[in-house]
Amino acid sequence: MFGKLTWDAIPFDQPIVMGACSGVLIGILGVLALITYLKRWRWLWTEWLTTVDHKRVGVMYTLLALVMLLRGFSDAIMMRSQLALAHDGARGYLPPEHYDQVFSAHGTIMIFFMAMPFVVGLMNFVVPLQIGARDVAFPKLNAISFWLTAAGALLVNLSLGIGEFSRTGWLAYPPLSELAYSPGVGVDYYLWTLQISGVGTLLSGVNLLATILRMRAPGMKLTMMPVFTWTAFASNMLIVAAFPILTVTLAELLLDRYLGMHFFTNDGGGDPMMFINLIWSWGHPEVYILALPAFGIFSEVIATFSGKPLFGYRSMVIATMAICLLGFTTWLHHFFTMGSGANVNTFFGITTMIIAIPTGVKVFNWIFTMYGGRVKYTSPVLWTIGFIVTFTVGGMTGVLMAVPPADFVLHNSLFLIAHFHNVIIGSVVFACLAGLTYWFPKVWGFTLDERLGKAVFWFWFVGFYFAFMPLYVLGFMGMTRRMNHYDHPSWNIYLYVAAFGAFLILIGILLQIVQLVYSIWTRERRRDETGDPWNGRTLEWSTPSPPPMYNFPVLPIVTSVDAFWEQKRNRVSTEVQTFEEIEVPKNSPLGFFIAFFAVTGGFGMIWHIFWLGALSLAAIIALIAVFAWDEHDEYVLSPASVKAMQTNA
Amino acid sequence: MRQRITAFGFYLYLLSDAILFAGLFATFAVLHNSTNGGPTGHDLFSLKNAYIETALLLTSSLTCGMAMLACDGRNRFGALFMLGVTVLLGASFLNLELSEFSHLIADGAGPDRSAFLSSFFTLVSTHGLHVFAGLLWAIYIGVQLLRRGFSPAVMRRFFCFSLFWHVIDVVWIGVFTFVYLVGGRA
Repeated sequence: MFGKLTWDAIPFDQPIVMGACSGVLIGILGVLALITYLKRWRWLWTEWLTTVDHKRVGVMYTLLALVMLLRGFSDAIMMRSQLALAHDGARGYLPPEHYDQVFSAHGTIMIFFMAMPFVVGLMNFVVPLQIGARDVAFPKLNAISFWLTAAGALLVNLSLGIGEFSRTGWLAYPPLSELAYSPGVGVDYYLWTLQISGVGTLLSGVNLLATILRMRAPGMKLTMMPVFTWTAFASNMLIVAAFPILTVTLAELLLDRYLGMHFFTNDGGGDPMMFINLIWSWGHPEVYILALPAFGIFSEVIATFSGKPLFGYRSMVIATMAICLLGFTTWLHHFFTMGSGANVNTFFGITTMIIAIPTGVKVFNWIFTMYGGRVKYTSPVLWTIGFIVTFTVGGMTGVLMAVPPADFVLHNSLFLIAHFHNVIIGSVVFACLAGLTYWFPKVWGFTLDERLGKAVFWFWFVGFYFAFMPLYVLGFMGMTRRMNHYDHPSWNIYLYVAAFGAFLILIGILLQIVQLVYSIWTRERRRDETGDPWNGRTLEWSTPSPPPMYNFPVLPIVTSVDAFWEQKRNRVSTEVQTFEEIEVPKNSPLGFFIAFFAVTGGFGMIWHIFWLGALSLAAIIALIAVFAWDEHDEYVLSPASVKAMQTNA
Repeated sequence: MRQRITAFGFYLYLLSDAILFAGLFATFAVLHNSTNGGPTGHDLFSLKNAYIETALLLTSSLTCGMAMLACDGRNRFGALFMLGVTVLLGASFLNLELSEFSHLIADGAGPDRSAFLSSFFTLVSTHGLHVFAGLLWAIYIGVQLLRRGFSPAVMRRFFCFSLFWHVIDVVWIGVFTFVYLVGGRA
């Protein structure tokens, strides 16, 4: 009846896990109690849970990402403190079987449930506004995408208290992840979680791509799109092209584990090396799915706060698209040591180094944008400058590892760990936090506190260098990744410093929460009535903050890059004279319901409760059929009500 | 307007679906000789069966196109009739595929026999699942046509369905060529 699920699945004997679980449970119960106390359930349902407004979906994505940042970071600080303690005979406080789950969960959560939702959330919010559209192409589908991602996030966190998570690293290489070596439910949690959220990501990619290609404001040619929209375009093309590969790869591993197939097993003719190839031909584009929108955010920030058009718009676009294409030609550099031969390794070493060229073009463009401008050193600009420095260092260590002989020495060492944190934190995390500050007033109508924002930056920035520079050294000293304890006195000091760096980042994260709370508390005196607090250049700043649900009462007409800047320069009045009817999509609980059954179905499959899995799939199909029956999923706002909403805003 | 955006979005989805199949084809290409001492494609595949399956599916694409034409002429009976024929052809295709599968499994050549058979069953049954989903979708559209007539939403769905059905057909041509013809050589 309940498959593999018994009371033994809950680790009552592990105080750390049970403590974390009760903390999470108390937190959730607290939030539920608060909502009940404030009588906000109906509000929550109609305004948020059933919304199909791209702006609110974007906000929910971002909120999910921030919560998951806390989860992923607590894994990180556990690893750093474990390694600061577990040396010279001491074993630390995390036994290996728990430690392996911690680093696997850290990687999985940070990439799939922190970085991805953050980037997708910002794209969701910003792209339609930047291109002068009233919503994404498929609003209901957009909500479904978000809720599937949220379902995945819920499942991955269920593994904390019910059963276990995978111990096989964030990419679950076979044969270790095969049933023979990982008989528990950990790998199944990993696989079902990623399959469910992966469908959400793919659908969101299709949606944003259709939005960018079909919904631009009149007059906006491709060559007039803001750079963030260009990078979102490239990123979503990569999503549509790469995520199906992930789906195939993980499905094959699932079939190995559930139906005894032999795709990646040691016996039966299976080929574990094929998994490594397949997963990285998704995995390397994934790096650019995250990094390209980050580059776009920095481009917007640096142009706005330098008061100048972005230097080399055209070369920026070409570089973006070049990276988008080249991103598919480098996957093998993740496993030079697998033995593909000198010629193959050389080919992929060279393609990897070629990517440094368009990236270098971008770095110079950002620097030249600042050159001769009146740069305002706001916190988004600090993030950008911090990014330029940090990312350049990370890029250079990457080029170093692109040399196959060097990689043979550095493969799977802490040098690699330092390198990819250097580029991912340096670009994606810095960009997301810059974007959060930059677009926050557009979302809520008030700005975030600058002093605290700068403090957040400095703690992250300095903390990052303390946490990761020692890892480069340790990599050269021969320390491998995923090590639980060690007896090597010369390493100790570097791991102490790294742990200190992690605590600095912790202060940065806590200050971020303080900043959000304090800014909300003092929002009345930080209101932005203009809708354009930074003297922005692109169309999102031409609507009121927060934007009305239809974004633009009249669709703007675009004649150049930096459309809003042009309007301001030519003193085009934004006063609307005549209002028109606007079709708005109705709210729909479909996404929420689908996600509910995705969780029950995924849970059923993980625990081999197959009737639950089948029932949930049937429920999802039935839901889609029932909701698709209703053809009236839009309603019309009359010109009078648009006018009323516009004057209230 | 909405019709065109939906069709465009659906094209994009179909492209992603094509990549999904590309992944499965690549797996089959890598593993098709890894028979683990078991039967090969030449031992197992019945070309005659595959020919009939191909004929059924290609004809169903033709009838699907004719159903679209009937829609353009607002001929409800013609559209429903042709859609019905499409569903029947698709169902008999699935029937043949399932009987092939059950014979293979009964002969000890199931998906757990070898890596080759794992990749064969996964590729072909993923295509079969698409056909099955297409059948459910076609029936749904048929019911809507019957109840609602040619409303914009029904027409939008019909158009997307026909795109989907043709793409499944194209994928099947790949399966027939690479799995049954190339993979079935001696």
